[in-house]
Amino acid sequence: MMVASFSALLSHWRRHPFQLAMLLLGLCLATALWSGVQAINTEARASYDRAGALIGQDRFDTLTERDGGEIDQETYIALRRAGWRVSPVVEGNWRVEGQRLRLIGIEPVSMPADGTAAGLAGAGALVDFITPPGFVQVAPSVLETLRGVDTPPLRVSADLLPGMAIADIGIAQRLLGKQGRVSRLILLPEQPMGVPALSEVAPSLVLHKPQAGGDISRLTDSFHLNLTAFGFLAFMVGLFIVYSTVGLAFEQRRPTFRTLRSLGLSTRLLMALTLAEITGFALVAGVIGLGLGYFVAAALMPGVAGTLNALYGAAVEGSLAFRPQWVLSGLAIALGGALLSAAESLWQLSRLPLLAPAQPRAWAQASRRVLLLQSVAAVALLVGAAALALSGAGLLAGFAVLAGLLLGAALLWPGLLFAFVSLAGRWAMRPMAQWFWADTRQQVPGLSLAVMALLIAFAANVGVSTMVASFRATFTGWLDQRLAAELYVTARSEAEARDVALWLKPKVDALLPIVNADAELAGQPGQVYGVADHPTYRDHWPLLQARPDVWDRVKAGEGILVNEQLFRRNHMALGDRLSLPGSTALPIAGVYSDYGNPTGQVMIGLDLFDRLFPAAQHLRFGVRALPDAVPALIEGLESQFGLGSMQVTDQAAIKRRSLAIFEQTFAVTAALNILTLGTAGIALFASMTTLSGMRLPQLAPVWAMGARRGTLARLELIRTLLLVVATLVLAIPVGIALAWVLLAIVNVEAFGWRLPLRLFPLDWLRLAGFAVVASLVSVAFPLLRLARITPSDLLKVFANER
Amino acid sequence: MNARALLVLLFCAVASVSLAQGFAGLGGDAKGYSVPERGTVLTFPADHGSHPQFRIEWWYVTANLKGEDGRDYGVQWTLFRSAMAPREGEGWTSPQIWMGNAALTTPDAHYSAERLARGGIGEAGVAAEPFTAFIDEWRLAAPDAAGLDRLDMAAGGKDFRYDLQLEATGPLVLHGDRGYSVKSESGQASYYYSQPSYRVSGTLKFPGRDMAVTGQAWLDREWSSQPLAADQKGWDWFSLHFETGEKLMGFRLRHTGGRNFVSGTWIAADGTATPLTPNALKLTPQATAQVAGRKVPVLWRVELPAQQLDVTVKAVNDAAWVAGRFPYWEGPVRVTGSKPGQGYLEMTGYE
Repeated sequence: MMVASFSALLSHWRRHPFQLAMLLLGLCLATALWSGVQAINTEARASYDRAGALIGQDRFDTLTERDGGEIDQETYIALRRAGWRVSPVVEGNWRVEGQRLRLIGIEPVSMPADGTAAGLAGAGALVDFITPPGFVQVAPSVLETLRGVDTPPLRVSADLLPGMAIADIGIAQRLLGKQGRVSRLILLPEQPMGVPALSEVAPSLVLHKPQAGGDISRLTDSFHLNLTAFGFLAFMVGLFIVYSTVGLAFEQRRPTFRTLRSLGLSTRLLMALTLAEITGFALVAGVIGLGLGYFVAAALMPGVAGTLNALYGAAVEGSLAFRPQWVLSGLAIALGGALLSAAESLWQLSRLPLLAPAQPRAWAQASRRVLLLQSVAAVALLVGAAALALSGAGLLAGFAVLAGLLLGAALLWPGLLFAFVSLAGRWAMRPMAQWFWADTRQQVPGLSLAVMALLIAFAANVGVSTMVASFRATFTGWLDQRLAAELYVTARSEAEARDVALWLKPKVDALLPIVNADAELAGQPGQVYGVADHPTYRDHWPLLQARPDVWDRVKAGEGILVNEQLFRRNHMALGDRLSLPGSTALPIAGVYSDYGNPTGQVMIGLDLFDRLFPAAQHLRFGVRALPDAVPALIEGLESQFGLGSMQVTDQAAIKRRSLAIFEQTFAVTAALNILTLGTAGIALFASMTTLSGMRLPQLAPVWAMGARRGTLARLELIRTLLLVVATLVLAIPVGIALAWVLLAIVNVEAFGWRLPLRLFPLDWLRLAGFAVVASLVSVAFPLLRLARITPSDLLKVFANER
Repeated sequence: MNARALLVLLFCAVASVSLAQGFAGLGGDAKGYSVPERGTVLTFPADHGSHPQFRIEWWYVTANLKGEDGRDYGVQWTLFRSAMAPREGEGWTSPQIWMGNAALTTPDAHYSAERLARGGIGEAGVAAEPFTAFIDEWRLAAPDAAGLDRLDMAAGGKDFRYDLQLEATGPLVLHGDRGYSVKSESGQASYYYSQPSYRVSGTLKFPGRDMAVTGQAWLDREWSSQPLAADQKGWDWFSLHFETGEKLMGFRLRHTGGRNFVSGTWIAADGTATPLTPNALKLTPQATAQVAGRKVPVLWRVELPAQQLDVTVKAVNDAAWVAGRFPYWEGPVRVTGSKPGQGYLEMTGYE
């Protein structure tokens, strides 16, 4: 009985293979996009953990300088000579041939035995590691890119992340220009008896507890939240497909259910069988979806790794490792999604009256009351989102506003459409037109899920592309302002810097020293820059807000400039005071935009800088010169001082690199955006195709009254196009609102900068093109069927009383 | 003590393997390193300092102490220098690696600690005058410029510390041929001298209590470059103070196959040193104890007929195991028999 019942249930799918395909496709896509994003996030987090483990940050206490700066090596020696068992680590960005590697200098002798997670096995003799020239351990991929470049000897360690390098502390200090400096001290678990207190030996150091992932994971949280939100969006759109397919299949199978019940199958067993069926589908689709998701993640991973490295300096593996827990969570989400989508149908099945007739049309025609309720809920959501946008704070609030806006607009849309079509029907005079509007109106509820999915996808597309394009326009303008100097030179030593400056001085308009130091700013690690007083800054620097006498105050050391990130994160206002290490708090005289930098930054006058950071090395300067003179200067610096592309960068090269980083940052967003749009297209296709099968009872009478099949098909096409274009028209304002939320709320929280909203109607046209193509594709199959349907099939509608 | 050369070499190999998982492959030959030469005159205080052009070197103090409570205590303070290249370098470029071992033995407990440090950065090192040897907070240093005659000695670990003052009551003793000490038939040798006659006073610190102590100490200084022969598997080394004021340094190198190389120095009460002819000294294990999972001889018969010496040497605490990256037995002993006394015993290579 059970087997027979089950095969009877399954026979439905045999007769409706297309419906089955849609069900599986919906589940597959939902699982694929969700689990793909999860895989990316998991991989990135694993990379942070590995980076932390590499220097023992996840297992050992560490000591750092209270103001976030570097520790004097003498302090390290003093601690050791006082009995503190510590091991020094120096860390910094090692720029080599245009690449930036995170170079970590360790001290292998005092390092705790399990201090480094990186297997340095087979690395060679300790003596080779610690005595000049030493060697630098890098990931295999890095070795390839540095072939032929003048570096210390390189050796490969498969345990290292790309973008990371390990050397002895002495070698690393020299490569980083941090002689005599230590970034942090690893505290060994076992300390001798009677060691003097830290406050006596090194009062400026603070102790940190072990922490997996380190600081990086805090910085990148917002980025991952962004990805997660997109994954969730795609998942929801996928579930729309599943929901509509399951609902339709349930209605179509009512006669089967009824017959089975009449034959004595208990409700409980019927429920169990249906549950088993949907579970089976979910597992099959889940496995396929996982495969797809893995593919999606693997394709996106290099871009994500590039973005995280460019934006946050986080070293992330560009390839994907296979993780069992990811498979389990992927299958769970597939199953959960399927059961969620089927919940309503299952509930109805449990209360199915034995003699109720099948009502596929009735199912498709959700009542006006449902639409009304839905619209009320939508208005509530939109009002809530607006209220939250005005009052709320934080990234989560930002995403809640986004969700409320999207969902509210989507829920409202079928109701609006219904009202619009009803209105249009009143104005229609000719009978055919009247029938067209009336028929459209009664189709709206059945298509509501598809148009909602479409609206969400369109709006997300408009919103994200508006955000990215606004950002790009602002960013390029900002680069022009910010990179005012024609040439940037970095000397290898202070002596060389002096020589280079002497040589350049008579040849150029101005030399602008660029000095910086690490410091703790408002409790977070950041940088302080010293700036010269020069028209380059006075005229060009991208100030967002400033006092009128800002540059005079900065020059006099009576005011500071802060970057937007620092300003917004700490809810500062002009005139607020910020304390710098070794100085009294100074008032903020201006705020400047500083895109692409996650940390806080402060600019102060050069004199003040030298007073506060006497140890900072003066190695860099910007050169103002006539653009025509630049090639000769580059050549001269090369021949006179041997300064190559590592030390001399012209403005154009920096701009090129910055834009490349920018493109990479949004490549992942764009890819996910397109995938979501694709899923919405499929949702439309699925709805159109399934509904068309049930429309014969509506079309047959019209045909019988003399309308030609071709005319009917044309009307169907017009109807679909109308629906899609109307959805797009609504999606554009929703998308702009979305972009506003992204720019004004989410970006401020996630990255720390706010950007002006700009509109790019050309993008909308492109989207409209996509929409028309999608609707043509989605109706092509049903229309073809309609155009070729035999009159006898149409006649059967009158003969077959179901 | 050629024997201890093995210790240092092993320390390098073992330590670097466990430290950085595979910095093995330490150069085994003496190429480029200075080699001890017969006839070289040791000059002081310069030779109290370090000799970076030699591969291995140590400053080694053992002390037999008696506490206010009447119990016997033993203290060890050791600083090893191991050169990975025969030179000194500025800052981190120095190829010198330093290792400290400190131990405190009571009749019923044994504490030990180990330190490792790079040379060149001020974390560990030795200066000849005024004499200062240090690694981290451990110190063996002269408070004045009087060579090694007066020393302050301090070290500690997670559960012990000691602060001792040493004062020499006799002259330095040069072993072998005026400090050129031959160790094996194949001619391996080292520079080796000792100050065997320190009077000691000071304090031992245990968690929650201090113990004032007095006693005797022995300092060994040795440096060389030559690794041991492949068939030498361990050694037993004695430094004994007799109540007569006489002293004995003796060692036995155990070769595979049961052959031993035995030698030493007899030191008269006035400090006059007499190198022992090969095999004049007889060292016979009498009983073993189970220590750290191995059988270690902790009861010995020591005979030197030329000095009417026939004594039994017994460990104060059988469990004097120095558990570091290269573990070995080192602890105080009591001497009974024809010339009663006390001393220190070191044993390695017991598997």
